[in-house]
Amino acid sequence: MKTLFERSVSGRRCSILPACDVPACAPEQTREKQLRLPELSETDISRHYTELAKQTFGVNDGFYPLGSCTMKYNPKINETAAGLPGFTDVHPTQDDAQGSMELLAEAEKKLCEITGMDAMTFQPAAGAHGELTGLMLIKRYHELHGNTERNVIIVPDSAHGTNPASSAMCGFKVVNIPSAPDGCVDLEKLKEACGSDTAGLMLTNPNTLGIFDKNIKEITRIVHDAGGLCYYDGANLNAVMGIVRPGDMGFDCIHLNLHKSFSTPHGGGGPGSGPVGCKSFLEPYLPDAKIVCENGKYAWQARGEESIGAMRSFHGNFLVVVKAFTYLTMLGREGVPEVARNAVLNANYLKHLLEGTYETATEGTCMHEFVLTLESLKKENGVSAMDIAKALQDCGIHPPTMYFPLNVHEALMVEPTETESKETLDNAAKAFLDVYAKALEDPEYMHHTPYNSPISRPDEVTAARHPVLRCQIDD
Amino acid sequence: MKTPAELKYAKTHEWVRFTSETECEVGLSDYAQDALGDLVFVNLPEVDAAAVKGETICDVESVKAVSDVYAPVSGTVCEVNEELLDSPEKINSDPYGAWLFRLTDVTDTDDLMDAEAYISCCEEEA
Repeated sequence: MKTLFERSVSGRRCSILPACDVPACAPEQTREKQLRLPELSETDISRHYTELAKQTFGVNDGFYPLGSCTMKYNPKINETAAGLPGFTDVHPTQDDAQGSMELLAEAEKKLCEITGMDAMTFQPAAGAHGELTGLMLIKRYHELHGNTERNVIIVPDSAHGTNPASSAMCGFKVVNIPSAPDGCVDLEKLKEACGSDTAGLMLTNPNTLGIFDKNIKEITRIVHDAGGLCYYDGANLNAVMGIVRPGDMGFDCIHLNLHKSFSTPHGGGGPGSGPVGCKSFLEPYLPDAKIVCENGKYAWQARGEESIGAMRSFHGNFLVVVKAFTYLTMLGREGVPEVARNAVLNANYLKHLLEGTYETATEGTCMHEFVLTLESLKKENGVSAMDIAKALQDCGIHPPTMYFPLNVHEALMVEPTETESKETLDNAAKAFLDVYAKALEDPEYMHHTPYNSPISRPDEVTAARHPVLRCQIDD
Repeated sequence: MKTPAELKYAKTHEWVRFTSETECEVGLSDYAQDALGDLVFVNLPEVDAAAVKGETICDVESVKAVSDVYAPVSGTVCEVNEELLDSPEKINSDPYGAWLFRLTDVTDTDDLMDAEAYISCCEEEA
């Protein structure tokens, strides 16, 4: 499709801009050369954005089982609450914003209750930023306790790629440990990896294969006995929230993805929000500032010299917190575990419908997601996980996460979430099975899917090798 | 899958070509490049960096994922193949020509396998 610049016609105008309410600048302040701005009619602009929208696929378009991303429906009431002028017309430096501060304090309380943590910061802008923040708490803890030799973060091989990346970013050395055959942490390997250089362990539970690690208390005990701390990656909290708490599993700090588990928009539609919670012994290290309430009045209190300092300006993506708070308020205490139960039920229902045709990476019941492996299909028919994923697009389904986790070959990771109905899951299962049948019957057809989407198969190899990151227009 | 008999191999899928008793070239095996898929980026080690057998020395990125490359032996990096920075696809098209780096003062060579042993190692993995 054409860019706005390519649609531009010299002299074309429209009247959607409000009248200018600032004085025109003096001639010596003007540019020597006029800015190149597209000149368009309102019709052109409107059609441009509608065309763009038609090329996208979001949770409002259809089933979006993107494993590990928890692409649940984003209730519209979240937007209504976040659009209230009392929340949109505040500024973080204004003297008084009691309502907004109360909301942050209450959101902290609710999320601490769900995670079993004692305190929380809303500064981190999204998940990986939260990981960095949490690791900085661990680093600060060791620094202040004279544990200068503790510079290793242990990460299982099934971890999200951001875990080792955040650890390296924070100055830690990363030690990978292989998973046991059942996909869980190999306790013997963990014991071998733990030592006087252990700063901590980063873990998701349930893990990336959708398995709740039954040894979780033993795992956190091994790390604690070695003098390390335990970090919980909250990416998979949707499976357990309201049922079990990371704090009770033995974790010391955690990040949440409000844009996953707590129904705020994800990805480009965000922004995200990655609050970090911790046990009380890590609280002094959290970024400024803390909300305190005295005699019904909220105030900011500086955390002091032990704080790791600001991770972001002011209080993070505040309106995202408003949306998550709205979600939690609508669910109530009974609703939160219901979410987890239905997320697990939906995943198992879909897994059950696909089993027998598709090979799954693990047997038995799963938590909120499961992993398929197309390894034998690839070997025998030459049809890859990528081909299956692309073919699902023709069925109006967003592809599952591909080629992750890395310890499963030709992986497709499916997470239906609790917000999909039985009818949607039945239709999706039929589509998955039809696509598989087509793969057996006509592998060549599969290599060219999708046929019906706005963009068929982008050449991602060339795109990655020779990325063109900006539109260049010749003068 | 090609597995030239004159090369040595590590179970982490690097090949080693000895140019003298203590000097060698290191690259990725045909099996490795096929499993990784189309390579789009190579992050080479720095010259003079110490290679420690079994530890990460550099990484390669394919359309699927970023993967670590492990040092198949210990030694010191004396040269890196900068040509690969602009054309990582050479690893796919000519895995045994596309060396990643050269090492001097090579030690810890005991665990290297010959082609036959490496082929059965790959078969087990598959």
